[in-house]
Amino acid sequence: MPITMTGATTKKLLSGNEAVALGAYHAGIMVATAYPGTPSTEILENLAKYDDLNAEWATNEKVAMEIGIGAAYAGRRTLVSMKHVGLNVAADPFMAVAITGTNAGLVIVSADDPGIHSSQDEQDNRHYAPFAKVPMIEPSDSQEAYDLMAYAFTISEEFDTPVIFRLTTRIAHSNSLTEVTGKRIVPTDRVGFKHNTQKYVMLPVNARYRRPFVEDRLVKLAAYTETFPFNKITWGDKKLGIITSGVSYQYAREVFPTASFLKLGMTHPLPRKMIREFCKGVDRAIVIEELDPFLQENILAMGIKVTGKEFIPGIGELNTKIVRDAAYKAGLVADKPRANAISETPPSLPARPPLLCPGCPHSGVFYTLNILGKRSRLSDKSKEPDVIVTGDIGCYTLAAYPPLLGMDTTDCMGASIGTALGMEKAGVGRKIVAFIGDSTFLHSGITGLVDAVYNNSHITVIILDNSTTAMTGHQEHPGTGMSARNKEAPSVDNKQIVRGIGVKDVKVIDAFDLKALRSTLKSAIDNEELSVVIVRGDCPTKTRARSIPMAIDSEACTSCGTCLKIGCPAIQKVNDQIVIESTLCIGDVCAVCQQICPQHAIEPVKSAAKG
Amino acid sequence: MKTVKKQDILMTGVGGQGTILASDILGEAALLAGYDIKKTDTLGMAQRGGSVISHIRIGDHVYAPLIAEGDVDILIAFEKLEAIRWCTYLRTGGIAIINNLAMPPLSVGLGTSKYPDDKEILAVFKKITNHVYFVDGTSRAQQLGDARTLNTLMMGCISTFLPIDIPIWKEAIAHRIPAKIREINFRAFDEGREALAHVNIG
Ligand SMILES: Cc1ncc(C[n+]2csc(CCOP(=O)(O)OP(=O)(O)O)c2C)c(N)n1
Ligand code: SF4
Repeated sequence: MPITMTGATTKKLLSGNEAVALGAYHAGIMVATAYPGTPSTEILENLAKYDDLNAEWATNEKVAMEIGIGAAYAGRRTLVSMKHVGLNVAADPFMAVAITGTNAGLVIVSADDPGIHSSQDEQDNRHYAPFAKVPMIEPSDSQEAYDLMAYAFTISEEFDTPVIFRLTTRIAHSNSLTEVTGKRIVPTDRVGFKHNTQKYVMLPVNARYRRPFVEDRLVKLAAYTETFPFNKITWGDKKLGIITSGVSYQYAREVFPTASFLKLGMTHPLPRKMIREFCKGVDRAIVIEELDPFLQENILAMGIKVTGKEFIPGIGELNTKIVRDAAYKAGLVADKPRANAISETPPSLPARPPLLCPGCPHSGVFYTLNILGKRSRLSDKSKEPDVIVTGDIGCYTLAAYPPLLGMDTTDCMGASIGTALGMEKAGVGRKIVAFIGDSTFLHSGITGLVDAVYNNSHITVIILDNSTTAMTGHQEHPGTGMSARNKEAPSVDNKQIVRGIGVKDVKVIDAFDLKALRSTLKSAIDNEELSVVIVRGDCPTKTRARSIPMAIDSEACTSCGTCLKIGCPAIQKVNDQIVIESTLCIGDVCAVCQQICPQHAIEPVKSAAKG
Repeated sequence: MKTVKKQDILMTGVGGQGTILASDILGEAALLAGYDIKKTDTLGMAQRGGSVISHIRIGDHVYAPLIAEGDVDILIAFEKLEAIRWCTYLRTGGIAIINNLAMPPLSVGLGTSKYPDDKEILAVFKKITNHVYFVDGTSRAQQLGDARTLNTLMMGCISTFLPIDIPIWKEAIAHRIPAKIREINFRAFDEGREALAHVNIG
């Protein structure tokens, strides 16, 4: 139904993340904690706008989860949010609280990334719910994200359990109309912590005592889910019945406007009776779901014949076209999907991958390492470079692309140091440099460095300190001196941490000083002992720093292409002439290109104009 | 009660060009006009310079947030390569509004790939539709005095094809754009309308 006209409308156009934040706010949370990660980041950013709750960035997801557990034990409704891989980091405390249960509501948002838009894997976190034996809620648009949040907290408290609130990129990052019906009410009936050894102290004897409780809880939840208002059958044409949840529901509705639907808002435990009734009522039942056959396998295990993954892809994000084509191939729709006028884009269109920004403090150090480590050999694949680079996750991972060719491995956050140590133990025979960002170092790099000291490693670790968590949109972290609320905060000094761990060769250098970069990196790599170089330079995309842009004196320039090797998007080659796009260049606060031009043809615009 | 033919709009561009703000304005205008709307931006990461696309769907009731390939009614591209990259999304006979701007990616400068020329781009679109409009958006915005008004200018272009009244558009722009630069953005919007004033699609 179309909504009412301007003025009378109470509907807002909210993203899934905004709706989650507002839903949790109205549900009366007093604590919100998270570590940034696409597509979950905006949840905490939105909650940080409120003064009447504690919204904080945690050092990593494990710490966030532990803070959440403590706050819930102490009787305050709490929201913990993270991206899918964040739950791997937080899995240990998560599994623990699944046994202890909570006191006040504890809701854990897991934002999955089907299609791997900005992650290192495509894991389907729905599996965590049966693994931990906890309930799971899945909204299919912003309205449901808002409405279901209140239920999630009630379920958490009523059944003494953490609740997984699972989003996917297309729910978190889609805006849809949301009727905001609630207002903030903060429950106080559970406030305070009461000592209870059997519940909260997970010694084996107590954990064994809690185990049957967990099974019993599942039985109760299984009964509850049959009555859960967001598990719903809509009878239509009974020839075909579709079982679905989350965003998949939306695609299925477009492709099968007349079919019968069982739409699940709670996907663990499953409403078995309802599923049986639904499947009995239709000639053929199918499951439409993104990623793994999670619903399908559970329904098959009930002895009900359903299909789904036989024709719906298990890799990547779904969309209406994929579901439509699959449905046609499976004989579920009679009409052949209409062919497009053209089915493919012209071949060999240049790709446009994200790049390090103009003026990025990461560019100079990778440029320097490219030369010192002879890494340009990678472009003609003739020989392996002299230096192996183990990488990590952050903007700097983009230095893996040409022309910087700055990375041999990237696994997960914090892995750079451990991976380098492993290569060293394996006797790889070449120098190894580990690159890690400042946020990632605090998140999960410190323990690797402790290992390096303890086990007598000789690698070089480069900490790229741009004073922000840039990749995910410039969030603060414990080293930036600012809080999630944008207030001044104590700042943790990475140099002191490195020294404190016991690293003797520690240098701090300016990211834009190429001479210093070259000599410092060279001596660090040549050093037969463990060395750490902290490269400091603010992220200009965060600070919006700009100064007089650079320009190339076309007479002095020989088009040698040296400056193109920085990979700066502002330096472009137009009809064999190299130019600096003045609207993109951040100017002499960076000046990396000016320092490397062999013809000294690069100057800030003003002085170039004079000459 | 207002009913409307569904409009599926794909907005494409390069990170930093202001496409997300444009999609926000369009979403807001559709909301104020009383339509159902879904909108989703795929941008991924913080840096500038990657491909950015927004799906915006307007109608009486919209289910899917993503537009199916081949169903796009209006493709509005802030850059030419980003127009042709998404051409398979445009439905036969759909509308393509393309900002006459080339931003060659780094690989073109490094000599490892080639930027498509205008003839090639036009030839591809001609296979899909007769409604292809190149707009000198960037130069018009520069002439207005602020290249960053490209996004409101492009909204002016698209407004000529959508059943949303002009005062509603202006209200949406006012909601999203700070007072200081509102006037120039209103002018950019009008400029965009004018750029496509001659166009008449039955
Ligand atoms: C466990 C986990 N949590 C979160 C993320 C999302 N993420 C990717 S990179 C990054 C941090 C980048 O910050 P930093 O290391 O300082 O590098 P920068 O982007 O600032 O260069 C985050 C949070 C992730 N990939 N894995
Ligand atoms: S956002 Fe900052 S750190 Fe990331 S690429 Fe851009 S300048 Fe570099």
